Amino acid sequence: MDKGIIELINKIPGWENKMPYQGAFAVKPFGRMAGRPVKCVVPGKDKVLELDKVLDAVELKDGMTISFHHALRNGDLVMQKVVAAISRKGIKDLTLSASSLSLVQDALLPYFEDGTITAIDTSGARGRIGEFIQKNKLKKPAIFRTHGGRARAIESGELHIDVAFIAAPTCDKYGNINGVQGKSACGSLGYAMPDAEYAEQVVAVTDGLVSVPLEYVSIPQTQVDYIVEVESIGDPSGIATGSIRISKNPAELVISKYVAEVIKYAGLLKEGIIFQFGSGGIAISAAGFVQTEMQRTGIKAAAGIGGASGFLTEMLANGYIGTFFDPQDFDTKAIESLYFNSRHHEISASAYANPFSANPYVNLLDVAVLSATEVDINFNVNVLTDSYGKLIGAPGGHPDAAAGAEVTIVALPLLRGRLPMLLEKVQTVVTPGETVDVLVTDYGIAINPKRLDLYEILQKTSLPVMTVEELHQKAQKLAGVAEKTILGDRVCGLVEYRDGTIIDVVYDLP
Amino acid sequence: MNSLYRTMFFVPGNDPKKIIGAEIYRPDCIIYDLEDSVSIFEKDSARILVKYALQYNRPDCRVGIRINQADSPYYGDDVSSMVPLQPDFLRLPKAETAEDIKKLDVLITEIEEKHAIEIGAVKIVASIETALGVVNSYKIASASKRMLAIGLGAEDFRTDMRMERSEDASEILFARNLISLNAHATGIMAMDYVYSNIKNIEGFRADVKLGKQLGYTGKSVVHPNQIGVVHELYTPTIKEIESAKEILNAYEDALKNASGVTSLNGKMIDKPMVTRAMSILSYAKAAGMEV
Repeated sequence: MDKGIIELINKIPGWENKMPYQGAFAVKPFGRMAGRPVKCVVPGKDKVLELDKVLDAVELKDGMTISFHHALRNGDLVMQKVVAAISRKGIKDLTLSASSLSLVQDALLPYFEDGTITAIDTSGARGRIGEFIQKNKLKKPAIFRTHGGRARAIESGELHIDVAFIAAPTCDKYGNINGVQGKSACGSLGYAMPDAEYAEQVVAVTDGLVSVPLEYVSIPQTQVDYIVEVESIGDPSGIATGSIRISKNPAELVISKYVAEVIKYAGLLKEGIIFQFGSGGIAISAAGFVQTEMQRTGIKAAAGIGGASGFLTEMLANGYIGTFFDPQDFDTKAIESLYFNSRHHEISASAYANPFSANPYVNLLDVAVLSATEVDINFNVNVLTDSYGKLIGAPGGHPDAAAGAEVTIVALPLLRGRLPMLLEKVQTVVTPGETVDVLVTDYGIAINPKRLDLYEILQKTSLPVMTVEELHQKAQKLAGVAEKTILGDRVCGLVEYRDGTIIDVVYDLP
Repeated sequence: MNSLYRTMFFVPGNDPKKIIGAEIYRPDCIIYDLEDSVSIFEKDSARILVKYALQYNRPDCRVGIRINQADSPYYGDDVSSMVPLQPDFLRLPKAETAEDIKKLDVLITEIEEKHAIEIGAVKIVASIETALGVVNSYKIASASKRMLAIGLGAEDFRTDMRMERSEDASEILFARNLISLNAHATGIMAMDYVYSNIKNIEGFRADVKLGKQLGYTGKSVVHPNQIGVVHELYTPTIKEIESAKEILNAYEDALKNASGVTSLNGKMIDKPMVTRAMSILSYAKAAGMEV
């Protein structure tokens, strides 16, 4: 990365020590974890208050950091309700820390325009908030963190949250929260857990207030200071999609089948395998092909890790997977599984992927099957911006799983429409190529030269193994050489690697 | 590129996305269609698209082009514009007589000469789609040295025969049998008909199995999901390969020792068994299996 950019970043208060990316495991942590203040609640105290009164009680002031989780995805109404109330109080200059920002958060735009929010700390951004960032209208560049990286930043004190507002599908009057019950059930609250544990003050916002102690607790009452009851925290149709099923798209099935064959031929499909399959159609279909092979051979997986969808939780229920460790759920079936299946465990974003912990779950992965927006000939992956440099996604757990897994497979079509997806250089580096082992496309499979062991095995099979350069040439031959995208010259976003270093930046759009 | 024709995958010649994407399904052969899937308003643009596809992005597999039938106004332009692209073959629909093949042979020869293409390089696959065509299938198959394969066009054949389609396709069984018989009698390939119910993969699987039993070399397919099924069923299993190897080893030993009688595990090995074993191994090799 350009030295000048880092110097520029280092001039921003709070980011004086930010360093450029140095290697997936190059940075060694030091020091101790941060912590929330000690508290005491006397017996009988009622935690339930009106939102306006809670904002007074937590003493929210200009310049503070507020946080939210994104488990309600595109159905979330909590961010809008809370920020609108804050704006009405005239509080300004807040940092919005969210585990991610879905399209529904376009509704927050007026509060960016009126200066209520002036900084963003998130995993992803898209839509009108993404445009706002790329118009360079924030006070300082937005920071895009991985799920594990965000947990690390919170736990190390780098990201200090003043008030965490936690959308709570079910909450008892004592403050215990779960995401598996209630009309707005969203499943695992893994991404809210670090916020609840480390924020100065924690506010549960719920449309499922109950008067008896919960039997299933995701976030305990000991971490929750106040409870706000609202009519609705979200639109169920946007929270959990219908079950994500095996793709019917023949081209996606080609890719999925290759992924499953790579796993099989590389010798990864052995008794006790631990894997992560992303939530997209290709990854789920690959899981389907792997399941067929497991059925044929009798092999069972010891564990599944990562976002859960109905197909994977069916595999869990049917005994193909022994245990599932789940920081987020994508559909209703997965949510039900988390609630009812005792082998399905809810884990925090930190347990899932924090690189500076004694051992995050991603480190257990034998194989991770991940998607990509773009990849390049150095195996770098972009999942944040599109081919035109526009914010459309999020690092999410991509860099975390890629770093942790013994074999990381990135699967995507070689072309989307008439645009090549394998480039000489990706628009934005989010996951470093050194953590990606195999690139699977519909036109061929390329293996990272650092994995000579995999190359030697796979090139002997009937799989279409080729060099990444050959695959790149194929993409260019089919789609032509893409013209260089014209970006602005002002940095409006930092792409943080999971260890806290800066792996790339996002530029404004002219 | 393998040398098999297990699958001939039809791709509409007027659909750029499908033309570009066809190779990812790794069929043994792609047939760019200028006939039924292309409306009469797009015949010329389909020729242009197929031309560019073959000039700039020729797939790494066998290539055929289905031209329009001999009595259509597009036939002449199809042949004259496609032969210079040197496809492996032209597929002639609704072939009814040996004359249809001879006429096409002459036309192809003229164009090959004009473009300095080796005479005979572009082969012919005939699709037989009428009762008369089925009756004449031996003559069609033996009408030219360019003949590579014959196959049944089942939908048009049913129409010509006033047949109703049944689930198990029993109404076309005789024609399928006869076409396979005549293909083998003339030493060319028998290419099985298009199974058009693309949603019924299990029905398709049963149909491919039957075609293989009837002596077909491969199958024409219209959907990507059908390709894997055909390849699976037409590719020998490990057990078949091992058995073929044993037969050939025993046969070679017998030849070396001039023992006269060849047997394996108490069973006599005869010439057809040896030929079948060699065919299995050549299929396995061509499919990229270690033999």
